[in-house]
Amino acid sequence: MTTMTMTGDAAMASPQDSPLDAPLRPPAPGAAFPHDTQAPQAVPQPGLAASSSTNADAEWLRKAFKAILPPILGIALLIGIWYVGSAGADARIPGPGKTWEAAVALFSDPFYREGPNDQGIGWNVLASLERVAIGFGIAAAVGIPLGFLLGRFATLSAMVNPIISLLRPVSPLAWLPIGLLVFQRADPAATWTIFICSIWPMILNTAQGVTRVPQDYLNVARVLNLSEWKIFTKILFPSVLPYMLTGIRLSIGTAWLVIVAAEMLTGGVGIGFWVWDEWNNLKVEHIIIAIFVIGIVGLILEQCLVLLAKRFTYETP
Amino acid sequence: MKKIVQIENVGQTFDTKNGKFVALRDVNLDIREGEFVTLIGHSGCGKSTLLNLIAGLTKPSSGSMLCDGREIAGPGPERAVVFQNHSLLPWLTCYDNVYLGVERVFGGKEGKAKLKERTHAAMALVGLSHAEIKYPHEISGGMKQRVGIARALAMEPKILLMDEPFGALDALTRANLQDELMKIMAATGATTVMVTHDVDEAVLLSDRVVMLTNGPAATIGEILEVKLEHPRNRLALANDPHFVECRAAILEFLYQKQLKKAA
Ligand SMILES: Nc1ncnc2c1ncn2[C@@H]1O[C@H](COP(=O)(O)OP(=O)(O)OP(=O)(O)O)[C@@H](O)[C@H]1O
Ligand SMILES: [Mg+2]
Repeated sequence: MTTMTMTGDAAMASPQDSPLDAPLRPPAPGAAFPHDTQAPQAVPQPGLAASSSTNADAEWLRKAFKAILPPILGIALLIGIWYVGSAGADARIPGPGKTWEAAVALFSDPFYREGPNDQGIGWNVLASLERVAIGFGIAAAVGIPLGFLLGRFATLSAMVNPIISLLRPVSPLAWLPIGLLVFQRADPAATWTIFICSIWPMILNTAQGVTRVPQDYLNVARVLNLSEWKIFTKILFPSVLPYMLTGIRLSIGTAWLVIVAAEMLTGGVGIGFWVWDEWNNLKVEHIIIAIFVIGIVGLILEQCLVLLAKRFTYETP
Repeated sequence: MKKIVQIENVGQTFDTKNGKFVALRDVNLDIREGEFVTLIGHSGCGKSTLLNLIAGLTKPSSGSMLCDGREIAGPGPERAVVFQNHSLLPWLTCYDNVYLGVERVFGGKEGKAKLKERTHAAMALVGLSHAEIKYPHEISGGMKQRVGIARALAMEPKILLMDEPFGALDALTRANLQDELMKIMAATGATTVMVTHDVDEAVLLSDRVVMLTNGPAATIGEILEVKLEHPRNRLALANDPHFVECRAAILEFLYQKQLKKAA
């Protein structure tokens, strides 16, 4: 019934496979003897023990090196290209050095306030996060129960699915004027676009999760003759949870993408507006800084949800 | 002895993409109280289908199924099922998995303390008191099956239905669990229907072995009475003439009379 698939799974699994997470250190030979009294007899060649424990350390270092080196190389390459690209006399883009200086100045006081349109980058990021949190929270409050209903009742799903299929591909920004019209203010209108873009993945993934509850578990519920409430709390909810979290992760990703664009249009305080403002001031290095900040915040949001999802993923046999 | 399950002229047809599929036809079987019956047959012949019918998880397309003289309208805790793949809920500990059933069956008339006691007793019965706080993914396959059995037994069912409970286990674990199961059945005296494709297991455990013909449209081919005294000992039985005879009869049914269609 849905076009949204659990593509998130692969992405979810990858961080835990990182070799950095589980450095396999073979135990040092001495460790096998727990009693101090035995140690002197058992390890007649202390030099040997010491050398193989440094071997283990070296092995660990080598692995850590292997995990860290390629990303560092990649970033160095990026900065290199950036440097070359911004090197010429007539270059329009500020180079890494200039941007770095601007960043140091900017982050020395991220929370200053000099009037409504001149605030520190910290305030702008927080304002955007607040909008995302509100729009996203309302979307979760509406979308998740709706997803459960759609998954549970086929008729309802047949009724609503065409509407969702029609509306989902529409850019959330197209909804901005409607928000402005209804709410008469810019701030709730931006939140409204976040709501719109967040709600689809939540509905679709939750509904998909409900239809994918293993028949075996439902059979258990039937044999035990569990009450509707027990079925919901002990079977439905826990098995849908991973799907729900995928929906949440997808929507927070898009929400963070959309908020920047929405704020560029609505103005006020927010990282999107800040980017636009700096463009008008022709402080291009600030725009580059904003790009990094937006990227890092998005990454953190995503990682938090990946961790959360990992916590609630059960190994099903 | 009293008939606890009566299956009369039961047929089961599934609607599939390629039209109707007749899985079972003309199944007639009475199960007596306290009896241990095994269903044996080649893979895909319809053993699980028949067991699910007795459990009430599916309804027969034709014929009638009675339990205790009443039509089987749906599943219920008096017909506990040990599933082919154990089906423990992965987000609950072993204890909580068992408790879920206990609470449902006895929660209305007994206090919390008594329910806990029942759960502990069921875990002890299958020898898993030490694993109560573990999650299903933290224990071995044999232990999972035992928790599944504990969950079913804890509900004190009239009939215990088991779908290849030891199918996925190695021979050694399987033998241990069979011995344990024999002890438990001797202690509880519950009526049991068990699906298996292991001939030795069938003869060792059962009072009657029900042999199904190959599908599609499978039905009961032969029913073999195993007239061996309980308790049984696998080592002593290995050379028992009746045991050997029963074993040969089942093998002959499976590998001579039913082989052609299976290949
Ligand atoms: N829900 C269903 N829809 C369509 N066909 C089904 C359904 N359930 C079972 N079948 C078919 O009925 C036949 C019997 O299946 P069943 O699961 O009872 O076999 P089985 O004897 O338990 O096999 P195994 O030993 O491999 O578990 C099979 O051919 C199977 O494809
Ligand atoms: Mg089966």
